[in-house]
Order: sequence, then structure tokens, then C-alpha cells
Amino acid sequence: MSDTPLLEIRGLNAWYGESHVLHGVDLNIREGETVTLLGRNGAGKTTTLRAIMGILRRREGVIRLRGKDLIGLPLHKVAQAGIGYVPEERGIFASLNVAENLMLPPNVSDGGMSMDDIFTLFPNLHERRSSQGTKLSGGEQQMLAIARILRTGAKIILLDEPTEGLAPVIIQRIGDVLVALKKRGMTILLVEQNFRFARKVADRFYLMEDGRMVNSFPGHELDARMDELHEVLGV
Amino acid sequence: MSTIFGIPAPALYGQILIGLINGSFYAMLSLGLAVIFGLLRVINFTHGAQYMLGAFAAYLLLTYAGIGYWPALILAPLSVGAVAIVIERFMLRRLYGLDPLYGLLLTFGLALILEGAFRYWFGAAGKPYSPPAQLTGAVNLGFMFMPIYRGWVVGASLFVCLGTWLLIEKTRLGAYLRAATENATLVQAFGVNVPLLLTLTYGLGAALAALAGVLAAPIYQVSPLMGSNLIIIVFAVVVVGGMGSILGAIVTGYVLGVLEGLTKVFYPEASSIVIFVIMAIVLLVRPAGLFGQEE
Amino acid sequence: MAVGTQYLAEQPKLRSSSLVLGAVALAALLAAPFFFYPVFLMSILCFALFACAFNLLIGYVGLLSFGHAAFFGGAAYFTAHAVKVWGWEPLSGILLGVAGAAAMGLLIGFLAIRRQGIYFAMITLALSQMFAFICLQAPFTHGEDGIQGVPRGHLLGLIDLNQPNAMYYLTLAIFLFGLFAIWRIVNSPFGNILKAIRENEKRAISLGYRVDRYKLGAFVMSAALAGLAGGTKAIVFQFATLTDVQWQMSGEVILMTLLGGIGTMIGPIVGAGLVIALQNYLASSQFPVTVLIGIIFVICVLLFRRGIVGEILELMKRKSKATA
Repeated sequence: MSDTPLLEIRGLNAWYGESHVLHGVDLNIREGETVTLLGRNGAGKTTTLRAIMGILRRREGVIRLRGKDLIGLPLHKVAQAGIGYVPEERGIFASLNVAENLMLPPNVSDGGMSMDDIFTLFPNLHERRSSQGTKLSGGEQQMLAIARILRTGAKIILLDEPTEGLAPVIIQRIGDVLVALKKRGMTILLVEQNFRFARKVADRFYLMEDGRMVNSFPGHELDARMDELHEVLGV
Repeated sequence: MSTIFGIPAPALYGQILIGLINGSFYAMLSLGLAVIFGLLRVINFTHGAQYMLGAFAAYLLLTYAGIGYWPALILAPLSVGAVAIVIERFMLRRLYGLDPLYGLLLTFGLALILEGAFRYWFGAAGKPYSPPAQLTGAVNLGFMFMPIYRGWVVGASLFVCLGTWLLIEKTRLGAYLRAATENATLVQAFGVNVPLLLTLTYGLGAALAALAGVLAAPIYQVSPLMGSNLIIIVFAVVVVGGMGSILGAIVTGYVLGVLEGLTKVFYPEASSIVIFVIMAIVLLVRPAGLFGQEE
Repeated sequence: MAVGTQYLAEQPKLRSSSLVLGAVALAALLAAPFFFYPVFLMSILCFALFACAFNLLIGYVGLLSFGHAAFFGGAAYFTAHAVKVWGWEPLSGILLGVAGAAAMGLLIGFLAIRRQGIYFAMITLALSQMFAFICLQAPFTHGEDGIQGVPRGHLLGLIDLNQPNAMYYLTLAIFLFGLFAIWRIVNSPFGNILKAIRENEKRAISLGYRVDRYKLGAFVMSAALAGLAGGTKAIVFQFATLTDVQWQMSGEVILMTLLGGIGTMIGPIVGAGLVIALQNYLASSQFPVTVLIGIIFVICVLLFRRGIVGEILELMKRKSKATA
């Protein structure tokens, strides 16, 4: 891992209309790291991801990917710069079958996973490739949402609450997928409420509350910080 | 001479053919409307004017440049599509976040401008446009004489409708369109230039209308008013079919055209309103339309 | 955000300044026939009422009807027929027009309300076009010629309406009555429920309101008032033609309302006045009026959605915020 961050965010402020939703957020991720954003519902985690992508347009601050300024770019150019987005609602398209869903996002670099590798990692997707996208189970849809980003060669994946609403067995499976991606050197920004899941893959944690970064710490400090976590997350 | 339900057979088949022809235009136009509405969420009232522009383009190309029917089939849609792209880029685009009714009002205003301008320049009367030499004459099918041009129109429209359907359902570009119809933001977040896609889709819809206009020119004559009366009937077709599916729009267009033709045979006074009556019935029984999904 | 709703939140309440303005306007209207051609004024009054009736539906219920010409023109035909062929007294003829328009409003509204938004607009357009086709073919409308030579008659058998001033004051009275009716509808419990429906329909349904019935009620009222305008117009101009039921007429009333200000009380009046004046001004020239109407439409939708009165209200609001 090099020392200059792959993704650097400084002083990020964002607004939904008149409402000021992100207050001076700082975040950086080095290449190959898996960083997790923790926080309770409404803390601003998803908002941060959307602000990075540029889905949320009204922003101020610094967003740089390998030194390249992203904040002035339109949404599709941010994706083309190499940021892959797996939204909370997964976004599998009902009017496309699984194969079409998988092939939909255009390649953003040459380093994308090959179809063989994808089907090795996600064998279900090969079997179900002619099914309508939304006929898949929640877990399978989550796999598909991740797989199609892997195919494009994105340098960093923004993953929003991949385990939400899924059975423990599937959550385990997704955990395995993330570990495998880490081994391949993938950079991941993970948003999660379920920190027990996140601890298995995260190198570092950021803690968010009310649109602000309140703390950050390396993965091995998680146990020591339990009380603080319980308070901020309200669990 | 054989009769069916008291109507001489050739007359009946003749009306069914006319119904198929009207249905061809209903299908092509409601297809264009559905494609534009699906992605842009705009009811393109200008569609009728774009159809009229296509017919006029063919007429003007012939009259002033000596360019005939076959090149016009390409040139008219291209030019009308280009104008439409300008309309989308500089006018429609400003309305995307707003209530879709504003899109309807804008396209309505544009239709008034186009129709008024052409009416001012060319008068309200229809101008004749001859079918190309290769398509004149009639062929004896045994049970009726079919004018070749009319057969061509039905065949060409089926080809166009099917081609559009294939483009949308079976190609990668079509996948972008279908996905963007569901969630445009996410498709953009994947790196697809969705604003450009919207512009091109509007252009394509307008080009389809213009193509229909060229096909219509030899049958209906070229008049500034040809679009506006047609578009309102197409609206009714679209309400009957629902705008959920491309195939639904196509099928509904042809079926309603044939029903209208049959009504002309058996109950002529009602033929101009039968589609509206069917619309009223569908609204009572299945408000979302035959192929539509509930909003 | 639904068309027109953003300007309704702060409707200026009846203040003393509004009352003074209203009194001045009334005085002006009473004196007007001595300065302008009565027919021109009556034309504005009829279309202003038509536009106000349309505005009731779009501005206060959020429903865009693209077929209001059916009510306006239909009433014109009914009134013309009653007065000319059956020899009815003019006011009764107009009331018949209103009743006919209300009945049509019930039929069309019942079908159109089954869909929302864009579909609603398309259905009203299609159904009114159907009515236009029926008018084209029905014997009593005399097709392309229309019903000509409708007698003005004697109001209630007493006042000769062939006197232009008498006709004017009757038209003014009808116009003011229509305005009053709209004001009462908007500021009534019924109107408040409509407001609630427009703001949050799902919530209104969850509170137990039969939302469809309220929408239909508003639709019928709007149709009836449009019919009032149409019936009066038939007496004023003494004819009823296909032009009155065409979709272009529906489009014109939308423009008048949009230009003046959707959802404002006097916006449609201003819009109607401007459009009629414009049409009169251009009547003698060669310039195609349709094109101009289309251009104004486009400009209003792109740049000027609040309309004239809406923009003025917005300016007043900003000023009061700045000085507050």
C-alpha cells in the first residue's frame, strides 16, 4: 500500500436543497484498504457516498481520486474516473435480465475482473443469467450489484449497507466475497450499521454522527472502543 | 359477389386494409410517444407536428430540390430529429425536475408554433404527394385489389415498429434505455452519459414521427393540420394501451385502427369517435390501460 | 411539485388595501362601457370567467384539464339552441347551458379522475375531442356553420338586451357572480379539504376523505362555471360554433391562466384580458395568432411559470421579507 491516499476528502460540506447535511467531513482511503463508515440511521453515511459520487450536487470542499479533482465533474464522469457505486437499494433493474444487469455498467478501465473470475466468485449468477433481474433473492441481487461493478475495473468501490435485510448465511457469504476482494487488492469504502460484520473486513473505521466525522480508528481498536460505539450507534 | 354480415366482401376487406393503415400510423406514433415518455417523462404534444414536418420535408424536398421519396425516407427523419435534438437540449431539459405537466404545455406551445407557421406559409389545404413509381398500381390478392403503396405502408410500419422493439429489447443501447427509464441516476452513476441518452431518445422519437409522416404523405396529403387531429387520437390509443410496454403500444395501435375501420363499415357515424368510446370503456374497466402498470 | 401549488401557500388575505383596490376596480368596470367597445369588454369578461373556472381546477385542485372547451362550447350550443329554437328567455338559456356543462363535467370528470396527472390531462383532451366530433355531426349544432343569429332577447322578459349597455351590465353581473362563487368555494370547508388533498393526497385518504368525490365535485363546479361563461358568450356574440369546442380553445384558456398566474385569484382575469386584447390587435394584421400564442406559451413555461400576477405576488413577498 502506498502512502498517498487513493481517495482524499477534506472539508466536505453538502446540502439537500436548503438543508445543510454534511459538515466538514474528512476522509481518506489508501489503495487496497477497506474503510468502514459507521453511524446510526440518518448520521450521513449514505449522504457521504452520494456526495462523493456527485449524486448530491451541491457540495463544497475537496474530493480527489489519485490527485484528480472530482468535485467539478458531472456524475457520469466521476464513475468513469474509477469510482464504483453499489447503492443501498441495490438498484437491480427489473426490465433487464441478470446478464444484462451484469453487463450494463460500461468498463471504466482495463483492470476489470474477467467474466470467468466473476462466475467463480458468484456461481449463482451464471446459473440465473437469463432470469429477470428482480426475480433474484435479496442476497443474490446484492451479489449481482457487487459483481457488475467488479466487471468494470473501478479502482474503488463504494458499498452501501450490503448486509441490510439479509439472512446470516448470506451475510457470511458476502463477508467471504469482501475478504476475497481484499486479497485481490481492491479498495473498498463500506457503509455499515452492522459493525460485527464490518470488523471482519475493515482496516479502519470512521464514525459519523449528524453529518460530521466524530472519530476514526484502526480496526484493531474496535473492541477497546465498544462503549463509545454503543453510545454513538445507539445499540 | 360474396357478402359478410351483409357487406360485400371486397368492401369489408378494403375497410380492414384502411383500418390496418390507420393502425400503422397509430402504432408508429404511439410507439414514439411511449419511448419518449418512458425515458423523459414528457408527453410530447409536438409529436403530431413532427409527423407533419416529416411529410412536409418530403414534399419540399421533391418540390424544391427534386429529391424523391426514397431519399426523403432518410432525410426527413434526420432533419426533423436534428431539430428535435435542439428542442430537447435547450428547452425540454430545463423542465426535467418539474411537474411533467409543464413538459406537456411546452410541447403543446411548440406544436402551436409549428402548425401556425406552416399554416401561414402553405395554407390549410392539403398538398398532393405522389407515391414513388415503384409503388404505384395495385395487386390482385384474389379476395380484393390491394393498392401496392398501401401494402407497402403496412409492411414498412411493421418493420419500423419491430425494428424499434428489437433495438430497445435486444441491444446494449436498448438496455441503457430500459435501465434509465427505471432509474436514470443510477445508470449515470455507472458512467453512462444519461443526459446525452435523453437527447438522442427524444431525437429518435421525433424521427420516428417524421418517418411516419413521409409514409403518410402519399395517402393523406400533406397539410399543416394533419398532425394535430391525429395526435389526439394517438393520445387515446396511448391511454387504452397504457405506456408501460413498447409492444403494448404497437399492438394497441394496430388493433384500434382495425376496429375503427370495421366501425366505418357497420356503423359509419360512430367511426370518428369509436376509439374515444373504447378509451372510456377501458378507463372504467382497467384504468391503467390494457398493457399498463399502475403508477 | 404540482403545477401552481407553490404560489398558493401565501394567498394574501382580504386586507383593507385589497378592498380599496377592489372598489376601484369595480368602479372602473362599471364605467368602462363608456370608454371601450362593449363587445370587446364583454369578450374579456366571458373569457376571464372561463379562465377563472379553469383555474379553480388547476390552481386549487392541481388537475390540468385539457378539454375545458367542451364545457365552454357545449354550454354555448345548449344556450344558443334554447334561446333561438325554443324561444327561451336569455337567463334561462344560460342556466340550461350551465346545467348541460355540469352534466358533461360529471361524465367526463368521472372517467378522467380514474387516472392522475398527465393521464388525466390526456383523457380530458381525448373526451373533449370526442365531444367536438359529435358536435361536428349532430344536426342541432349545424356543423361547420354553427348556430347563428341567436337573439339577445329580453332579460326576464323585461330588459331588452339588444341595448349594448344592458348586455354589458348583465355580463358584468354574471362575471362578478362567478367570481364570488369561486371565492366562496375556495374559502369554504370544501375548499380547505381540496387544499389538503392537493398538498398531500395520501394523508387525506388516510384521514378518511373520499378524495375522488371531492375531486369530481370540484371538476363539476369548474365545468359549470365554464359553462356559465360559454352560455353568456353565446348571448353576447349571438352565435355558437365549432371553434368554441375545439382543442385550440382549451389550449387558449390554459394559456390565459398560465400567463396571468395559475393559482392566483385575479391572474386568469389579467391573462384573459391580455390574450383577448392581443387577438383583437392582431385580427386585422396578417400575423398568425396561433404562432404568437405558441410563443407566449413556450416563454411562460420556460421562464415565467408564475405568470404575471404570480410574479408580482412573489415580488411583494420578497419585499415584505426584506423589510421584516
